[in-house]
Amino acid sequence: MKIIVCIKQVPDTKGGVKFNPDGTLDRGAMLAIMNPDDKAGLEAALRIKDTHPGTEVTVLTMGLPKATDVLREAIAMGADKGVLITDRVLGGADTWATSTTIAGAIRNLEYDLIITGRQAIDGDTAQVGPQIAEHLGLPVISYAQDIQIDEANKTVTVQRQYDDRYHVLEAQMPCLITALSELNEPRYMSVGGIFDAFQAEITTWGRADLKDVDDANIGLAGSPTKIAKASDKVRKGAGEKVAPDSPEEAVSYIVGKLTEKHVI
Amino acid sequence: MDFTLSKEHEMARQLFKDFAENEVKPLAQEVDETETFPRGTVEKMAKYGFLGIPVPKEFGGQGCDPLTYVMCVEELSKVCGTTGVIVSAHTSLCVDPIMTYGTPEQKAKYLPDLASGKKLGAFGLTEPGAGTDAQGQQTKAVLDGDEWVLNGSKCFITNGKEADVYIVIAVTGKIEKRGKMMKEISAFIVEKGTPGFTFGTKENKMGIRGSSTYELIFTDCRIPKDALLGQKGKGFNIAMHTLDGGRIGIAAQALGLAEGALETTINYVKERKQFGRAIGAFQNTQFQLADMATKVEAAKLLVYKAAMKKAEYQANPKTSYSVEAAMAKLAAAEIAMEVTTKCVQLHGGYGYIREYDVERMMRDAKITEIYEGTSEVQRMVISANLLK
Repeated sequence: MKIIVCIKQVPDTKGGVKFNPDGTLDRGAMLAIMNPDDKAGLEAALRIKDTHPGTEVTVLTMGLPKATDVLREAIAMGADKGVLITDRVLGGADTWATSTTIAGAIRNLEYDLIITGRQAIDGDTAQVGPQIAEHLGLPVISYAQDIQIDEANKTVTVQRQYDDRYHVLEAQMPCLITALSELNEPRYMSVGGIFDAFQAEITTWGRADLKDVDDANIGLAGSPTKIAKASDKVRKGAGEKVAPDSPEEAVSYIVGKLTEKHVI
Repeated sequence: MDFTLSKEHEMARQLFKDFAENEVKPLAQEVDETETFPRGTVEKMAKYGFLGIPVPKEFGGQGCDPLTYVMCVEELSKVCGTTGVIVSAHTSLCVDPIMTYGTPEQKAKYLPDLASGKKLGAFGLTEPGAGTDAQGQQTKAVLDGDEWVLNGSKCFITNGKEADVYIVIAVTGKIEKRGKMMKEISAFIVEKGTPGFTFGTKENKMGIRGSSTYELIFTDCRIPKDALLGQKGKGFNIAMHTLDGGRIGIAAQALGLAEGALETTINYVKERKQFGRAIGAFQNTQFQLADMATKVEAAKLLVYKAAMKKAEYQANPKTSYSVEAAMAKLAAAEIAMEVTTKCVQLHGGYGYIREYDVERMMRDAKITEIYEGTSEVQRMVISANLLK
């Protein structure tokens, strides 16, 4: 079977966050990693490949040319092919423009299953995966915490996570699943796999390679969402330290504070 | 001359670093305290190819260069000297001589399992009365029909009881050299489980306490005739050449220990307060850190240069990396000892307490000045080349 895994290069939360003057992220200036939910999605695909011989895993990403690094990382983990969608006219895309673009690229590929991460740690929207499915007219199961494949019947059985329960859903392939980082513990790259990954050919597509995509729906111009303002998180202060003389005084202090904040 | 690592090497370093932080560091203290061989870690390392880094792909290895191997041992040793030496002894002292001197049959028989980590390797040269001094060897191998019969013992063997495949150096006769009768030395491949091959005492060590250091005992141990590695009588050359490579591995271990101690200490001096200030604000601390960082960088350049010289040798066997390996090990080991000792000092009383990593790193560092040729032996190798 053929699986496409959509991955995204995101700023490492351990590094600083930097913005462009228009409020979008300055990705070129930040340390970058593979988005954790996407990495879990890739691992899920690789486990399917481990247990279903003949499975081919293609990783696809949209971003700056340096996003090739996450494709190489994915290939070093065991993916077979990498596709980079990069073009200046695609920059500044919101979730609508991004999903339109990715769907336009996927229309060029054969697939039985598409896996995306639930959400990226930079945007936290959780919209792109389901939107891709909508563009392609596919069933979507989001928040997957377990994925089982029945290759003979071309179905997937997925546990969809909720706060206090999970639903078991079955879907006919082709379909799209969004993965949670809790889904699994992603494997490391293999040593030799890294060197092979740098020999692997990465397919690079631009605007012209997207299929059935309208110019009005791509890039910053095609993005209905506009960022009004972006700022760094303001660090909380050190807090207040008090040293009451008795437990009674401590209780009275806490009750006073909670009342002041309208908690009680 | 370019000091920039390739993107491949950068990514490989990130792999080793992530693995070391996530899988090795959490166990380092326990491995040391309880003298436990980290079998689970070895299995995980095997899965990702850490045990077959230089082995060609045709034998199931990773087909990578010596620099990649060095970075692996370095990153592992930053957090755990024990784990670093397990990989180093396996790769440099067992896998490498089979790759270099093995017959096609020996390579096909041993390399795939060693490269995949299904089997672990070790190397037996040292005896109670002989280390680098080959003429002091007592272990004998006598050809009896189609078998060699081994008798004798080897001591201080890294990966001792945990290994499956052993390179063993033994005396196979006498030859005349420059009018003197000398011992003829040969190398053999011996498998665990061979009748007559047993283990003696486990050594209770100062450092690298999780590594399995044992005595190997051979009592009428019969191995096939084709277990001879390389030519009969070339065992000393094989051992010395193997140690040239091994020294790069130990130099990488020493480098990692020094870097690990320095990183730990940099974090510590930012947090530890005395006289109302972080101790990192005192000029004494700053100057010591500067000196240590400079020495560590110098060691790193020597170790990487030795690895690159080894790569050059692999492409052109007429070249040699013996002196570079000796210099790298001499410098890295002595710098590791100096840096870890100073790091303990900067930690003050806490540095002397088992819970603090620098205490373990200082004990681990000491062995790098001793095994696979002491610092004095490295000086002999270097000066012999200067005065030849």
